[in-house]
Amino acid sequence: MTILSVQNLDVRHGLLQAVRDVSFDLAKGDVLALVGANGAGKTTLLRSLAGAHLPAAGRILLNDQELTLVPSHRRIAMGIALVPEGRRLFSQMTVEENLLLGKTSGRPGDWTIDRVFSAFPNLVPRRHAKTGHLSGGEQQATAIGRALMSNPDILLLDEVSLGLSPLVVDRVYAQLQSLLTSGTTIILVEQDLGRAMGVASRVICMLEGRVVLDSPVKNITRDQVTKAYFGLHRANTGRAAS
Amino acid sequence: MTAIPNGIIIERWTRSSQLALGSVAVALALFAIAPLTLGAGAIDRLTALFIYVILAAMWNALAGFGGLVSVGQQVFFGLGAYFTIRLADAGLNPFLSLFAAALITGAISLPLSFFMLRLKGGEFAIGMWVISALTHMLVNLDRLIQGETGTSLISLNVYESGTRRVVIYWLALASMAALLGILFALLRSRAGAAIQAIRDNEDAATSLGVRVIATKRLLFVLAAFGIAVAGALWLATSTTFQPKTYFSVQWTAYMIFMVLVGGIGKFEGAILGAVLFFVIETFFGAMGVWYLIGLGATAVLFSLFLPHGLWGEIERRFDVRLLPVGYRLKLPGPTKIQWNQ
Amino acid sequence: MIDTLIQGILLGGYYAVIACGLSFMFSVMRIINLAHGSLAVAAAYGLWLLASRFGISPFAGLLIVLPAMAAIGWLLQRYLLERSARGGALLPILTTFGLAIVIDNLMFEQFGADTRSLAPFIGSLSYDSWELPGGIYVGKLAVMTMATAIALLGGLQLFLSRFALGRAIRATAEDPDTAGLVGIDARKANALAAAIAMVTVGIAGAFLAMRATFDPYSGGPQLLFAFEAAVIGGAGSLWGTLIGGIVLGLAQSLGAKVHPQGFLIGGHVVFLAVLFARLFLVGTPIIGRIGFTKTGFAKIRAAIRSTP
Repeated sequence: MTILSVQNLDVRHGLLQAVRDVSFDLAKGDVLALVGANGAGKTTLLRSLAGAHLPAAGRILLNDQELTLVPSHRRIAMGIALVPEGRRLFSQMTVEENLLLGKTSGRPGDWTIDRVFSAFPNLVPRRHAKTGHLSGGEQQATAIGRALMSNPDILLLDEVSLGLSPLVVDRVYAQLQSLLTSGTTIILVEQDLGRAMGVASRVICMLEGRVVLDSPVKNITRDQVTKAYFGLHRANTGRAAS
Repeated sequence: MTAIPNGIIIERWTRSSQLALGSVAVALALFAIAPLTLGAGAIDRLTALFIYVILAAMWNALAGFGGLVSVGQQVFFGLGAYFTIRLADAGLNPFLSLFAAALITGAISLPLSFFMLRLKGGEFAIGMWVISALTHMLVNLDRLIQGETGTSLISLNVYESGTRRVVIYWLALASMAALLGILFALLRSRAGAAIQAIRDNEDAATSLGVRVIATKRLLFVLAAFGIAVAGALWLATSTTFQPKTYFSVQWTAYMIFMVLVGGIGKFEGAILGAVLFFVIETFFGAMGVWYLIGLGATAVLFSLFLPHGLWGEIERRFDVRLLPVGYRLKLPGPTKIQWNQ
Repeated sequence: MIDTLIQGILLGGYYAVIACGLSFMFSVMRIINLAHGSLAVAAAYGLWLLASRFGISPFAGLLIVLPAMAAIGWLLQRYLLERSARGGALLPILTTFGLAIVIDNLMFEQFGADTRSLAPFIGSLSYDSWELPGGIYVGKLAVMTMATAIALLGGLQLFLSRFALGRAIRATAEDPDTAGLVGIDARKANALAAAIAMVTVGIAGAFLAMRATFDPYSGGPQLLFAFEAAVIGGAGSLWGTLIGGIVLGLAQSLGAKVHPQGFLIGGHVVFLAVLFARLFLVGTPIIGRIGFTKTGFAKIRAAIRSTP
């Protein structure tokens, strides 16, 4: 059953077209890994799904409901939550206050502050600390927790491992694991291909704003994704065609 | 005009701007001989117009080019008048006093700039107002001024009133022409490129090595000097000095109105704004308070709906540039890129 | 001398009331509203009109004027400031300055040049005082103003720290883009903040009119006082405006003692001295973010707890 449908989406930054004619459908419970080189348009795509950046053309449908031009603060109420790149916490506010802000939309669901704290036990002693003073891992956990507090149907995770040590990334993914297997629909942007393919059910590779590969993870090898990542598949298809 | 191989032309003087400069010269010459035919009232009005042009151009230099919005520029207007009174009282020729007073005010603005230019945006704007309010109070303490009762530039009375009027007219005309000329030359110089870089993007300008603070200081001092000239000339035309009229925030309101309506950051815009203000004042000034309400409301509307002012709109629609302070790039095709905005 | 000091401190209560709205708006929307003083005077005229024309006591009048001020704040943000702020940081200065001219002259047109006061409508409150040991008198109104300032600042701080709407305003102040991503309508949060700021302006207008006289052009000086108190109070917490107000009030009262014109001069000079010290000795921005910071709260809470 399709929960999210993206149709011919174009997103621009001024004159620069960051996302070109991207289309895909996402089924409920899918975990989609969005991979691609820096500047491929992954973050822009996620931000336009979350409503932080309105597209120049194309449509976005959530449960067959048009939300292409719906502003970000109403999208979260409709069930799309983004954990932004660089975490973007309110650094002057405490962990608890950041989490409470996640409830602004008022969507009903199971997520409470206590549940976030049990999912991310490392946050418990930091409850009343300002997020500006947290470690990178704690900040990332707070950012994910803040998004979860809105009880989203679709969770968008943008580079959760950015700037974290491998050990901390392991911990964050371990904490995410229950979420990843619980049937929540997730789109995640991840630089580490191995990690991305380890948790995802489907992978989309972007190159210069376009989708160059879209496949269930089980039907594809890491090598194929790497080729698409560097744009080598085109050379292959070009040769095959000639 | 410089031609670069593939058909691109960089030009500064377009035909319309050459024509414009020619007309400016003719207009100044006509203004110079005008008193021969004009009556006393008309001469006084034109003197006021010249003073408005100075005020608008100087506020525009500060805000439009330096990015420094001040609501306290009346401090320099008042000081220009005050020092004229002081110097004339000390025995200096009143006409010489006008310019000596402006020089003193300009000199005072230099140390002031080291302090005020550290403030940003609205803090600078109101900070200048505080400076003006304090200066007003301190001037009131001078016994010569007799508090709010004020005093007058009595030494002007030795001149016959007809001569006096024409001399002040010529002084105002010459001051206006000189100040506009200085500003024009400044904007076309190397400092002008820096000024426009700051106007467009201060952070980028800093990273390119533009000396932002030094450039702003130059504009701050120039504006202080120019506005002091205007204040001194205003005193010469009206002869009476009441501190609260000269240190009134109304003067800044006029400056803001002229520049907003004419076009902030446009050399021609300030002049256009001053002329419009002059016309509006001539026709509606007698309406008193409604006239002021109209000025305020117009300023609000321009800031909301036409923030580049009338001249900005004219430039955009008709692609004219009369007094070029930048360069324009002509591409071989039909498109034109304007380099200076 | 002690008398002068007490009067100065109590005067600071009024300045804190009028400054808190200015710094609140600045910290949330990054806009210094140059019509701030004029709007306070407009509220004063509103109360005066209700009292003189309809016999409504100024305190009851607040029940009408404050909601009206809130509505004005909301509309101001939605239709003027929001649009103007899109044109850059300098444009709102010009917009609000133009607005101040319109408001001042409309009031002049409507009410004329006469100075007015609410003192005749509050009975003996305007001159009643308590006698302290040592033969010092403190005006009841001045004490009331100070109490209001403390209650207002405390209430504002409580609202910002403990209520979801308050948190939404703080989040918007810090990062409007991300506020949208957590579900906050930043435009609404800003409009709400402007409405709250205007309520404080309304209260300031009431005290201005009760403790002294005002005329259509009183707005400019009130803006300067508010600005000075906010700047002296500096970055830190909303309580800074109370300290800033008290410093300003003291400087003015002492200045008045020295010279007949010293009231205003004293205030301006102390303001500039504080500014000078901060710019050249400390080097921090002058109004920074009036912090609603947790540490700020914690310090204050600790301070309150430690006092018996």
